[in-house]
Amino acid sequence: MFDNLSGRLTQAARKLTGKGRLSESNIKDTLRQVRLALLEADVALPVVKAFIERIRERAVGEEVGKSLSPGQALVKIIHSELVRLLGGDHEPLNLQAQPPVVIMLVGLQGAGKTTTAAKLAKRLIDADKKRVMLVSVDVHRPAAILQLEMLAGEIGAMHCASDSSENPEMIMERALDESRRSHADVLIVDTAGRLHVDDAMMAEVISVHKKSNAHETLFIVDSMAGQDAVNSALVFDESLPLTGIILTKTDGDAKGGAALSVRQVTGKPIRFMGIGEKIDALEAFHPERMASRILGMGDVLSLVEEIEGKVSRDKANKLQKKLKRGRGFDLSDLRDQFEQMLSMGGIGAMLEKLPIPGNVDPGALKDMANEQQLKRQIAIIHSMTADERRFPKTINGSRKRRIANGSGMQVQDVNRLLKQHMQMEKMMKKMSRGGIKKMMRRLPPGMTPPGS
Amino acid sequence: MHQAEDTSISGKRGGFIKRLRARINSGDSWLSYDLADLAPGGKIDQDVLDELEAQLVMADVGVETAAGIIAGLQNRLARKELKDLNALTDGLHRSMTEILEAVQQPLVIPESDRPFVILMVGVNGAGKTTTIGKLANRLKQEGHTLMLAAGDTFRAAAVEQLQAWGERNDVPVIAQQAGADPAAVIFDAYEAARSRNIDVLLADTAGRLQNQKGLMDELVKVKRVVSKLDAAAPQEIMLVLDASQGQNALVQAQKFHEVLGLTGITVTKLDGSAKGGILLAIAGKLGVAVRFIGIGEAAEDMQPFRAGEYVDALLQTDATA
Repeated sequence: MFDNLSGRLTQAARKLTGKGRLSESNIKDTLRQVRLALLEADVALPVVKAFIERIRERAVGEEVGKSLSPGQALVKIIHSELVRLLGGDHEPLNLQAQPPVVIMLVGLQGAGKTTTAAKLAKRLIDADKKRVMLVSVDVHRPAAILQLEMLAGEIGAMHCASDSSENPEMIMERALDESRRSHADVLIVDTAGRLHVDDAMMAEVISVHKKSNAHETLFIVDSMAGQDAVNSALVFDESLPLTGIILTKTDGDAKGGAALSVRQVTGKPIRFMGIGEKIDALEAFHPERMASRILGMGDVLSLVEEIEGKVSRDKANKLQKKLKRGRGFDLSDLRDQFEQMLSMGGIGAMLEKLPIPGNVDPGALKDMANEQQLKRQIAIIHSMTADERRFPKTINGSRKRRIANGSGMQVQDVNRLLKQHMQMEKMMKKMSRGGIKKMMRRLPPGMTPPGS
Repeated sequence: MHQAEDTSISGKRGGFIKRLRARINSGDSWLSYDLADLAPGGKIDQDVLDELEAQLVMADVGVETAAGIIAGLQNRLARKELKDLNALTDGLHRSMTEILEAVQQPLVIPESDRPFVILMVGVNGAGKTTTIGKLANRLKQEGHTLMLAAGDTFRAAAVEQLQAWGERNDVPVIAQQAGADPAAVIFDAYEAARSRNIDVLLADTAGRLQNQKGLMDELVKVKRVVSKLDAAAPQEIMLVLDASQGQNALVQAQKFHEVLGLTGITVTKLDGSAKGGILLAIAGKLGVAVRFIGIGEAAEDMQPFRAGEYVDALLQTDATA
């Protein structure tokens, strides 16, 4: 089985080749694969359904762009929809309020609230030069208060002491007083983890929140969270005026579909993501990156973009028409092909972006057509007359010597090029349609990008 | 197994099943309530099975395991064995029980092997320390002498959190300073447990994500060091899994199993999960014994896993209960 969406898409999108337009029927199979992959990435089912519907609407009737195959066009739509769903651009914290600005962190047990509180404080101290105070109102988990106090000491934040025998509301009140008195810019409130179905605990956090007058209320969610993330996010969002989300433990290998669900049902921006064990491992959230991760397609997408930008579909079409009219594949056409390859950074650069099957030696493939060699071959063709390019059969021994001299190469190199051209010509004759994408299909299976 | 228990425990279990049912079906409930809605006309067809598959996926059962369960039901449907909703519930009950019974193996602590070392492992925030606290409470009530080893030397106040549980259960805790080598802490604790003739040593470790090679190697070292003291130890390597996590919980279990060779799994926070379908995914794909399940904050909310009653809790409606 395929372990990621890019693999699934490659398979499904292959069937789309040759279609000029995406339609309900020709994308059905691909969308099914997308649906499965999203579910396996823990995106909640209702969210998946809505998402697939939107993709269908956008894709059906879509003209396939200049240099993209239909499969690639679909991948692009999916990726851009994902980015849009995840929030487009990064939205930073809003600290425009009278200090102390209160930031409250809420979420389920074990989501990473206490660690995130410290990481956020460190970020505000170092990057934003804020005076930050930390307070824990977690009177439930043993040593939770001590944990925050120790972390505060570690990062040089102020700490408002509290005790597990106290009432959380009282702690909140005192923390507000203390943060005012010590001129803190920001007061970060760490709360106890609680389940959204625990009414008593939800009531507690609501009353603490009221007391806190929090300016930012952030829902902390574990990137490994499952299908229920959508329910917990909904209840928290209904109970508290959430202003944002922080995604934790993204350094794991979870695909992080929960991010999509939580973002979708709350409509609140994902502000940050935790990326490691260290206290400074908190990053601004980038929807783009998360979209690629959920799709599991890494650089395949950037390859699609490169092909889109660099391969001229017009040239490919010209060649195609020419072949159809019964005219041969001449040396000028070969040069165009070489130039297309070169503009993509040569086969070597392309290979690096593609998943290489285990039985293929990438080194050998690179040797086949490295950049240097492409340039030399183009130089050889440039040293020919127009007639020679059109009718390679006329190139005799003395012409070969002239061409070799003109391009600074040996006669053997000219021979090799002519032989290569002959092989290509044969190949081209077999094809009904031409262009770089057809050539890529000649590569071993598994090396072709989705939809090629 | 049920007969072996005295009446007071059975009484408690009755309460547990009730709570299990209530908690698993709290919030947005699934099967027991939704099954009736699946087939309003009472007729079972492919559409109903498709919808059921979606329900299973929503319960974190996972695409693959859900497809497997549905394939079995499809065969029965083809043989015209699924006439009505009862037959469907029955079929579902059977396939789920079949998957889960294979991993229903309670933790048994033999008289001879002591100290019996239980090494607790898991990702950050799974609930390792809390599980140790509850397990300590349970083992103590069963009459075992215990000791805790504070092997999480990384997270701030992890040692104090374990010490709080030690105090609560009146159990000694062996700890060193923060940042100490966890293998050394557990080594010391083992020596202490042996010299005091303690029955069970519960060793905490720091949470770690399964893809962090260096941290996983640290666990391998802990295991190796303990086994130098006693070739049989650690007798139990228990993975603590947060049931509210999705398909990555399966990846966690696979990776920890591959690196350490797990002997048991405890599933926590089932009360906040998408109805604990991840248990099915893990049982179906991994087959490591599931020792305990946790459905709430209280110590008695953690109980040995029993496949039958778990499936009952998922599928029984109030009418059939």
